[in-house]
Amino acid sequence: MSEIVISIFLLIGAIFMLLGAIAIIRLPDAYTRINAATKASTFGVIGTMIGLFLYFSYAHDVISGKVLLTIVFVFITAPVGGFMMARSAYHAGVRIWDKSVRDDLKEDLKQKINKPEH
Amino acid sequence: MPIQILLNLSIAIIWMLLSSHFSFSTFLVGYVIGLALLYLFKSFLKFDLYFTKIIAFVKLILVFIKEMIIANLNVAKIVLSPKLKAKPGIVAYPTELNSALQVTLLSSLITLTPGTLVMAFSDDRKTLYVHTIDIDSKEKVIESIKTTFEKGILEVTD
Repeated sequence: MSEIVISIFLLIGAIFMLLGAIAIIRLPDAYTRINAATKASTFGVIGTMIGLFLYFSYAHDVISGKVLLTIVFVFITAPVGGFMMARSAYHAGVRIWDKSVRDDLKEDLKQKINKPEH
Repeated sequence: MPIQILLNLSIAIIWMLLSSHFSFSTFLVGYVIGLALLYLFKSFLKFDLYFTKIIAFVKLILVFIKEMIIANLNVAKIVLSPKLKAKPGIVAYPTELNSALQVTLLSSLITLTPGTLVMAFSDDRKTLYVHTIDIDSKEKVIESIKTTFEKGILEVTD
């Protein structure tokens, strides 16, 4: 029984990692790809790490707090990385996809509300 | 707020000394007893129980997990559909949160949710620019963030 539960968690993690990889290839521009990368790291890491945690507690009788801490640290660092990549890409002039529906940032930048940093 | 945590801790330590059994589980029992005592005396002590904040925080985490599962399935649908029908765009999101900590927490939660990504802040910290992978209308995006994350954060940090 425990093996089935562990396998389900590992499979969920692996599937979302795979989805993230597919998304990075298929999506059209830098910003949607950054989205995909952060998604893969959140759900994929949760799935694999919970699976690993359950495996250690069932098979080795070890409650491994380190494994759970991994989730916490990925959750703290992933948004900062995604934000910095998107922000610097935008200020470096990487265009958003031409089929994008709206771009509020561009209009506000024009009005000098948000000055780009030098 | 600090004084009630101090009270709670000292009740736990007194409990540990009284039972003369020094282990983490005794400390935990003492801590729970301290919480119960604080709850009983809360009308005399004239402050809000700090434990309600912890409950609100747990609630926020649960809301976040729920939102993340929904958004994950949505994004998976977009990625796996044979033709890319996504309508990405950047939405200006006006926030009511004031302190830097609150805004940081909100933007982290938004970025961790698949499909949305915070790209920039305005100088007065009142506007977040959120890149969304699939927009129906601007109002819908703002509404969904406002009713889930911003409400939860206000409950935790107010």
